[in-house]
Amino acid sequence: MRQLRRTERGKVPTTEGKRSQSRRETVVGYGFLLPWMLGFLGLTVGPMIFSLYLAFTKYNLFTAPEWVGLDNFVRMFTEDPQFMQSVQITLVYVLVGTPIKLAAALAVAMLLNYRNKGSGFFRSSFYAPSLIGASVSVAIVWRAMFSTDGPVDSSLSLFGIELGGWVGNVDLVIPMMILLAVWQFGAPMVIFLAGLKQIPQELYEAAEVDGAGPVRKFRSVTIPMLSSVIFFNLLLETINAFQVFASAFIISNGSGGPAGMTNFYTVYLYKRGFADGQMGYAAAMAWVLVIVVAIIAFILFKTQKSWVHYAGENR
Amino acid sequence: MSTIEVPRAEFLEVATEPRPPRRRRIKSKTVNTIIWFVVLLAITAVILYPLVWLVFSTFKPSSEFGQNPGLIPDNPTVDNYVKVLEGIGGTPLWRFFANSLFIALMAVIGTLFSSALAAYAFARIKFKGAGVLFAAMIGTLLLPFHVIIIPQYIIFNRLELVDTYWPLILPKFLATEAFFVFLIVQFIRNIPRDMDEAARIDGAGHVRIFFSIILPLIKPALITSAIFTFIWTWNDFLGPLLYVNSPEKYPLPIALRLYNDATSTSDYGATVAVSFLALLPILIFFIVFQRFLVDGVATQGLKG
Repeated sequence: MRQLRRTERGKVPTTEGKRSQSRRETVVGYGFLLPWMLGFLGLTVGPMIFSLYLAFTKYNLFTAPEWVGLDNFVRMFTEDPQFMQSVQITLVYVLVGTPIKLAAALAVAMLLNYRNKGSGFFRSSFYAPSLIGASVSVAIVWRAMFSTDGPVDSSLSLFGIELGGWVGNVDLVIPMMILLAVWQFGAPMVIFLAGLKQIPQELYEAAEVDGAGPVRKFRSVTIPMLSSVIFFNLLLETINAFQVFASAFIISNGSGGPAGMTNFYTVYLYKRGFADGQMGYAAAMAWVLVIVVAIIAFILFKTQKSWVHYAGENR
Repeated sequence: MSTIEVPRAEFLEVATEPRPPRRRRIKSKTVNTIIWFVVLLAITAVILYPLVWLVFSTFKPSSEFGQNPGLIPDNPTVDNYVKVLEGIGGTPLWRFFANSLFIALMAVIGTLFSSALAAYAFARIKFKGAGVLFAAMIGTLLLPFHVIIIPQYIIFNRLELVDTYWPLILPKFLATEAFFVFLIVQFIRNIPRDMDEAARIDGAGHVRIFFSIILPLIKPALITSAIFTFIWTWNDFLGPLLYVNSPEKYPLPIALRLYNDATSTSDYGATVAVSFLALLPILIFFIVFQRFLVDGVATQGLKG
């Protein structure tokens, strides 16, 4: 195509001309990429290297960083019960909340996929919380709804369940945060729905001919055909869940209470770095998070061969 | 004629669907649809209840919180709004709105400009290192943002840009939100190459092709990116929490905390009213543009 064009314009398609053209393309390409490159190097890669260095130092923003080797990491895992607690509650939040959220997203997506008419309205209504879920306003509403004598408590008391508020309750504050996450099932739901629409109807018909019931059809057609979308949602939602911040911060007024039960990983990181001025320690915490996220992504990518089915794979 | 047609139709029906009598099938389908509708309406009610509750609560006097957890205020009042409009700590409420609006609009301009440029390069220009850089960009989607906020803060602090809006706006002009670059790349890849190939034959360079062919064609992707950027920036809490210190420069989410902290025990009404006002532009945006938003998420997820 390119050669044809050149001859049309009356130039001989030599390798020399080709090479100079590809060089020109490279220059233009980097020209277009310049803003992104500046941001990538100056605001992502550079800071990453800097924070990796800080992770091995003691630094309070005012005096020069002091090299302490692995001290920050050792302290984290051996001398900091608050860190261990924040890891624990964050893991509970991620490991319980994400599967529930994805299950709800898939269930509702399948419901919406059943019929086209009218599903647009529901699709939009269910997506709305995903868009505003991380806002301070929603966190404030959530706190009011789950406070003592709030709407949730009073509706439950109609069924004879007396909880006396979720916000100040050590056992209920994480379930409350999980409910806030599940409430935002709309984003993965929209992605599931788009995936469901791409499953060829013939597969279901074929399964039906073979005598498959709804459960069998779900297991043998829906899940395999949707596995790449499940993989994508699982990866993204897990990583997002690790980074919950604003809602936890607002619900406890930045205190992490009650009894440290809303001291989620990033809330604790913020407190160490920006409230206590322990930038080195906070940087070390951030790197532990990066490593955890990288391990999870690695495991998911590794295992996807065994369960993720891509269309056209068996060519 | 009719005598021939009737058996034929019957034959067809039997061949494709040899299922129970027709009338019962239609009935069960209608029943299913009704159940479907009712179930989804019930889910909608639960999902939207917090928002509806918020709207109604703004008309409750502060004394009613804790006494009346229900929807309808016992003594409806607009006092909350009157009080809230005055502002807090000597800063009027409109000021916080104006601050948020300024930051969000600058973020939209910056994101559109820088993301579209980068996306065009990735989607249409063949250059050395494109593959590696594209992978690196996708990688930043998965990178926990917290690993860079500390050094970023230190950098902006060194540059004496803390307590200005630069740390909030500058990154947007440098396409740091990979989500949008990716979204636009996917969109450009779906545009047939015929038009820009033709323009290239006519001697147009990448700059011309970008501005006069691609930009107009990717309008839907740009609108989606603009709405998302606006909403995310409007809602952003951590950024302003770190970088904005003077109350008169506060955007809404941080100002909201001011109401919330100062008055949490005595003045729930004011807090709830500001929460609703802060959410209102987003809700309006959402209602107007929901199709773009939902489709944007759907395409982003699928073609990865």
